[in-house]
Amino acid sequence: MKFYFMHLMPYADLDLDYDKDYNSAWITLPNSYYDPKKGHVLYNRYLDELEYADQLGFDGVCVNEHHQNAYGLMPIPAVTAGALSRRTKNVKIAVLGRALPLLNNPLVVAEEFTMLDNITGGRLIAGFVRGIGAEYHAWGVNPAESHGRFHEAHDLITRAWTETGPFHFEGKYYDFEYVNTWPRPYQQPRPPIWIPSQGSSETIEWAAEPSRKYTYLQTFTPVAMLAKYMQMYKDVAEGYGYEASEDQLGWSVPVYVAETDEIARREAKPHIENFLNKFLRMPKEMLLPPGYLSLKSMMGVMKAKSSIGSQQTIDSVMEKGMFICGSPATVREKLEQYQTEIGFGHLLTLLQFGTLPAELTRKNMEIYAKEVIPYLREGAGAKIAAGA
Amino acid sequence: MPFREFTEIIAGCNTRFMRGGSGQPLLFLHGANGAATWLPFMEALSGRYDVIVPEHPGFGASDMPEWLDNIGDLAFFYLDVIDHFGLSDVNLVGQSIGGWVAMELAVRNDTSLASLILNAPPGIRIPGLRKPDIFLWSPEETVRNLFHDQSFAEHVLAQPIDDAQQMVILKNRLTTAKLAWQPRLYDPDLEKWLHRIATPTLILWGEQDKVIQPGYGPKLAGLIPGAISETFADCGHLPQVEKADEYVARVSRFIEEVAR
Repeated sequence: MKFYFMHLMPYADLDLDYDKDYNSAWITLPNSYYDPKKGHVLYNRYLDELEYADQLGFDGVCVNEHHQNAYGLMPIPAVTAGALSRRTKNVKIAVLGRALPLLNNPLVVAEEFTMLDNITGGRLIAGFVRGIGAEYHAWGVNPAESHGRFHEAHDLITRAWTETGPFHFEGKYYDFEYVNTWPRPYQQPRPPIWIPSQGSSETIEWAAEPSRKYTYLQTFTPVAMLAKYMQMYKDVAEGYGYEASEDQLGWSVPVYVAETDEIARREAKPHIENFLNKFLRMPKEMLLPPGYLSLKSMMGVMKAKSSIGSQQTIDSVMEKGMFICGSPATVREKLEQYQTEIGFGHLLTLLQFGTLPAELTRKNMEIYAKEVIPYLREGAGAKIAAGA
Repeated sequence: MPFREFTEIIAGCNTRFMRGGSGQPLLFLHGANGAATWLPFMEALSGRYDVIVPEHPGFGASDMPEWLDNIGDLAFFYLDVIDHFGLSDVNLVGQSIGGWVAMELAVRNDTSLASLILNAPPGIRIPGLRKPDIFLWSPEETVRNLFHDQSFAEHVLAQPIDDAQQMVILKNRLTTAKLAWQPRLYDPDLEKWLHRIATPTLILWGEQDKVIQPGYGPKLAGLIPGAISETFADCGHLPQVEKADEYVARVSRFIEEVAR
């Protein structure tokens, strides 16, 4: 198993009483809530944390993309990744972004990813997403075109990487006379492609298709859902006539590890609850604009008793396995159990979340790197690490 | 007047219609919420006219055709509908997005039209007069914002919604987004060609419309030659529902004046 340090770079200095006046930390929350002097400090702190992950021996660092919100200050992830590309030496850099349908010209992604891949000598992992629903409000892109634009942009970018240019690209949304991307990817034929998703059978069918075999990354979901979607990927692969490797399956989850279970829970509680109830807060209409999900999936959401907008606690997310928290032994045991049962090969841990301050983030990273990762590398995950 | 319900395949799209009454054709183009039921104003108008109420491609029980990308596609579709039924001297009545479709149709070809009646249509932009973000409204806010008299909203909100109706709500919302998300509820080219509409036009607006501001009425009246702009007092976005009797009277009067 490979270990990654993922950062959402929240605006941790957010006035948490904002929700007395606004119903979301996204899109409609005025940016007067953002103080650039505090933001400057946070950006540099977060970049330091990402660089520290390289020193601590993580296999990779992950940055992502969201727009117009206090939840994550990384609207242009190539800036974050660019800053990391020279200051880190060993880690893979996964950009999870880019939200392809938001772009009028997806070739910008082909270009920024190949620049990163060349600068780092092949340490780039290319993430392709549709973005969350709020992005379509933020950027004005029609969510009814989200799926169509995603697939077309994906085809354009992967062809730009793997075919000799110039060639003419003819699509419904994009049409280019000359596709001739310079630089070409350092990794041949192309960088690894990861597809983060909150769980979608359509996405799994597509990612597992034999010409792609992309790594499917399940983000922030109950562990029961994780198991279901990972099994779905394996079943789909089997239907295509091959066995999915653990390299094709990843999980992204917030983790907090401290000296004891009791200390971990006490230290993490306010910060994970702020993450859930303050930073993730948005109405359903913002999260799920029309067309973002298929009508069938939307029906499921409308019928499910939705947790969107309802208050969550550390206990509710720990119970569901959406947050792993405890002593090194507890965290090792849980991760080992899930890994053995579910069989993912990439574990992306969010070791800073919500308002978790710098010193606790560092402590979390250090204990996780020293007392969890080595055990899992040697133990349950060793066969994957050797095989990957 | 009894009405019939049927489907027709037009431009490859299986389309649901309600049709009742006799006389001059009156083609009603619905707004973002579709046209699932035969409403009292339709019944009243069918006493004088051949009232034809389609559900747009992508809405309600009509199919979602591959070709549907934008509002212009619906305009051409309804030109096909007029040809399909061999209609002439059509009184084309459009509510909200249906009114936008009606204008797009009329700038393309209005030779089959006798009159054009527009209820609170979007379709153009007035800089500075920002339309509210209907896509951020919750289902309840949407219903409440449609009406000035909240007893209408209470009535709608009290109705249970079954799965089939919920699916229609989601489908209508999806197609509305497809047509109107970006640019938001207008077509930058429409305003340039509204002067081509030669059909007598009546523009109607509820004075308390919270969906599309009444300020758009006079602007449209200035762009469509000879158009008359009128309002309903104490009325929201759906005058044909909230002021049904007055609406039917005004629409009928206009059609008769035009015919004279």
